[in-house]
Amino acid sequence: MSDERTEFDVLVVGGGPAGMAAATVAAECGVQVAIVDDNRALGGQIWRESSRGGQHEERNHWEARLRARQVQLLCGYRVVDQPEAGVLLAESGEKYRELRWQRLIVATGARERFLPFPGWTLPNVMGAGGLQAMVKCGLPIRGKRVVVAGTGPLLLAVAAYLGKQGAAVVLVSEQASWGRLARFAAELARFPQKLWQGLGLRRELAGVRFAANSWPLEAHGDSRLEAVTVSAAGKPANIACDYLACGFHLLPNVELPLLLGCQLDGDYVRVDEWQQTTVEGVYCAGEPTGIGGVELALVEGQIAGWSAAGKVGEARRLFPARARAQRFRRLLDRTFALRPELKRLPHPDTFVCRCEDVPYSRLRPHASWRAAKLHTRCGMGPCQGRVCGPATEFLLDWKAESVRPPIFPARVMNLARHHGEKQQPGEGLEPELET
Amino acid sequence: MGRERGAILAIYKVQGRERLSTLILEPPASSAKTEPTMTDTAYDVAIVGAGIVGAACAEEFARRGMRVALVDRDFVGGGATAAGMGHIVVMDDSEAQFALTRYAQRLWQSMRADLPDDVEYEQSGTIWVAADDEEMAEVRRKHEYYGTRGVPTEVLDALELKKLEPNLHEGMAGGLLVPEDAVLYPPCAARFLVEKARQHGAALRLGKAAVQAGRGVVGFSDGSPISAGLIVIAGGAWAADLMPGVEIKKRKGHLVITDRYPGFVRHQLVELGYLKSAHSVSGDSVAFNVQPRKTGQILIGSSRQYGAEHAGVDHDILDRMLLRAEQYLPRIGTLAAIRTWTGFRAATPDKLPLIGPWSGDSSLLLATGHEGLGITTSLGTARLLVDQVTGAKPEIPAEPYSPSRASQEHVDA
Amino acid sequence: MPSEITLRVNGEPVSVPRGATVAVALAIRGQPCRKSVTGEVRGPLCGMGICFECRVSIDGVPHCRSCQIACQPGMDVRTDE
Repeated sequence: MSDERTEFDVLVVGGGPAGMAAATVAAECGVQVAIVDDNRALGGQIWRESSRGGQHEERNHWEARLRARQVQLLCGYRVVDQPEAGVLLAESGEKYRELRWQRLIVATGARERFLPFPGWTLPNVMGAGGLQAMVKCGLPIRGKRVVVAGTGPLLLAVAAYLGKQGAAVVLVSEQASWGRLARFAAELARFPQKLWQGLGLRRELAGVRFAANSWPLEAHGDSRLEAVTVSAAGKPANIACDYLACGFHLLPNVELPLLLGCQLDGDYVRVDEWQQTTVEGVYCAGEPTGIGGVELALVEGQIAGWSAAGKVGEARRLFPARARAQRFRRLLDRTFALRPELKRLPHPDTFVCRCEDVPYSRLRPHASWRAAKLHTRCGMGPCQGRVCGPATEFLLDWKAESVRPPIFPARVMNLARHHGEKQQPGEGLEPELET
Repeated sequence: MGRERGAILAIYKVQGRERLSTLILEPPASSAKTEPTMTDTAYDVAIVGAGIVGAACAEEFARRGMRVALVDRDFVGGGATAAGMGHIVVMDDSEAQFALTRYAQRLWQSMRADLPDDVEYEQSGTIWVAADDEEMAEVRRKHEYYGTRGVPTEVLDALELKKLEPNLHEGMAGGLLVPEDAVLYPPCAARFLVEKARQHGAALRLGKAAVQAGRGVVGFSDGSPISAGLIVIAGGAWAADLMPGVEIKKRKGHLVITDRYPGFVRHQLVELGYLKSAHSVSGDSVAFNVQPRKTGQILIGSSRQYGAEHAGVDHDILDRMLLRAEQYLPRIGTLAAIRTWTGFRAATPDKLPLIGPWSGDSSLLLATGHEGLGITTSLGTARLLVDQVTGAKPEIPAEPYSPSRASQEHVDA
Repeated sequence: MPSEITLRVNGEPVSVPRGATVAVALAIRGQPCRKSVTGEVRGPLCGMGICFECRVSIDGVPHCRSCQIACQPGMDVRTDE
């Protein structure tokens, strides 16, 4: 959209299922809506566009409805700061936008949890969603041997997807116990949509080895991954492979809500029945309020969208659907909780902070995240602790500290606003730097 | 002078700098966490605050053979030590400031070979940047001033400046290069000094918040007080909380650090207007002050605010600080900023630190009020303090930093 | 519109399907993205732009997250060497 408008009735941060649903219903109420998202296209992670074509039916439905309205799409823009109340600063390369809003809907989704183990920094060791994303972006996978490991329903979805693209999925290694998984499967009967998906996955995964009570012990290779040692049935098993797709469930992206001053309940953003946070005018929907998958995200997104547009009647109609979907969220939490054995995965010399190459042994003597950060540089890199923070929280029971701007690395010039008298980049300002 | 303190002074006058062999030395610990149970009574010196100044004092006192306890409510180097730039710089704001900074800078130089890698000590030098002819006159004055006092400096004209720092704005008039200035990473420097102190037997007590100090006793929020012949208050911006009569005010500063751009700047770059900013006793100010870190990251400062008590980032100040930096380094705007943070300097009314005995209480010593020069002067502060305690002649006059120079007398409780 | 585009990775031409990201171009070439601070070779981890392991220099701009950037014809991609 070429519309240069920067003031919106409703601003939606995140273009995944929750954000798309929220923006759509709000726009259908007649309010001015914009979506801002870091990715090149809508869909977030779970509905990521594939360069190979083929698209999720439900996604198509929402995208069609969205595009039928005049929703401004700011794709490729990252929110980095709140320079003043009611304004978000978003950046894309050299460009920036100051987005003024009346109501804000945070639908920033989730990211994978990574746990360190020996060899995890080898090229071709990726997240489960990470490898799937790469394949969707054109990575050749046909004929490649893949081990999928970690925990969560994402593993099966990824294994099925990769298999469909021609990968040889050698093993799915899930750390949850058989007991928990059996209960999960039984509970799925109460969620017909999920059951249907589950049965579909079962077809697609026929012939793929699946191990519960299993986790990666070590990744091997010289300059890239060559094999993985996995603990299965209590014994180590060595598996030659080309890719390891390993992720330990999902974490909510709560950096923006924290920056705005929203309170959390545990790890998730606290919201009322209207999906409003503890900050007036700021709503939150989808994974940041609890990891619950697409259905919950769509329901919460619609409730948030209607609430933000003032349509409380429409919002209330979806409360029962939300209650049902939230039961699935609680089921996920129970089933895929991390087992304590995973705390012993890293060796003393295993890097926990990958940006600054800080090994586990250097972190353990410290009593807090902040002390460790200042004394070892852990968390001082560009990922801003998004990878190592959750790992240290699990391994060492550290709590992260408060959030400061920028919540994503941002160009110095974009942080230096001057209340409208913005200095534009001068002509001839080449990005090439003197060395 | 209290009896206990007199006794300690008498002992040390007799024994000079030798370690007292009758003291039982604690074994050095391998971890940074607090050591397990030792009876916390009867130390020679209790130091409140394990920032760079407290750590330096602990090392000095412990090395002289005194029984030292170093306490902090959190971890080593977590206050202004963690927030500041780690610039080791000679300053000529006053004779007293020059004497202390030069003294301490040379102490850092003599220690540099012992510093581990994570202290990131780098003698990158400082360039005081002159934007116009008026500031060039100041450059020449400083050159003269330092020359007569044995500090090597070099006057740079516009061309020479551009060669040394190609990313500086075209229109600079020149600058003054001070090659012996250095930078380091303060939290790890503080930790290094604490480790040395512990090797000499100092005890480290972390996670203990002092709520009261005086008459040879430091009281903590968790009970279990520590008694010591001498108490050193090295609590930085929070010294006034413990010592109500002490005139320390918090002076907030902002910093931004970028991703890695090795070679973008090679020296610590400071505008000559920095001195005007540091001079101001009221009002908020920013000044161009940029540092290359050993990692290749660029540290961008600086700002000063009075009266700001909250630790959050003030966008107005951040804007002004970054715009100022862009005026000197036009391309700095294109660099990726990873983090911003704030810190509180401990400021005194006359811009000199408080180093020495507190007149109201014979057990109390102050080592605080260092404003933006805590890292530089930490080693010198420790020496001056120990010299005053042992009765040795300090290598520079200690009177300008005497806490009793303050206009407000502390009233005996 | 051609279905393949050509860019340069460390001076060498690489052809990728249109729509592929720079990270994919590097993977096709078998080229790691960067060297860590202790010299380990690294490639993409998260695939969604938050881990910063996939950083490369593109057309002279350092620290670009290659998993988030679509290949353009003639792009000059440089990795740590």
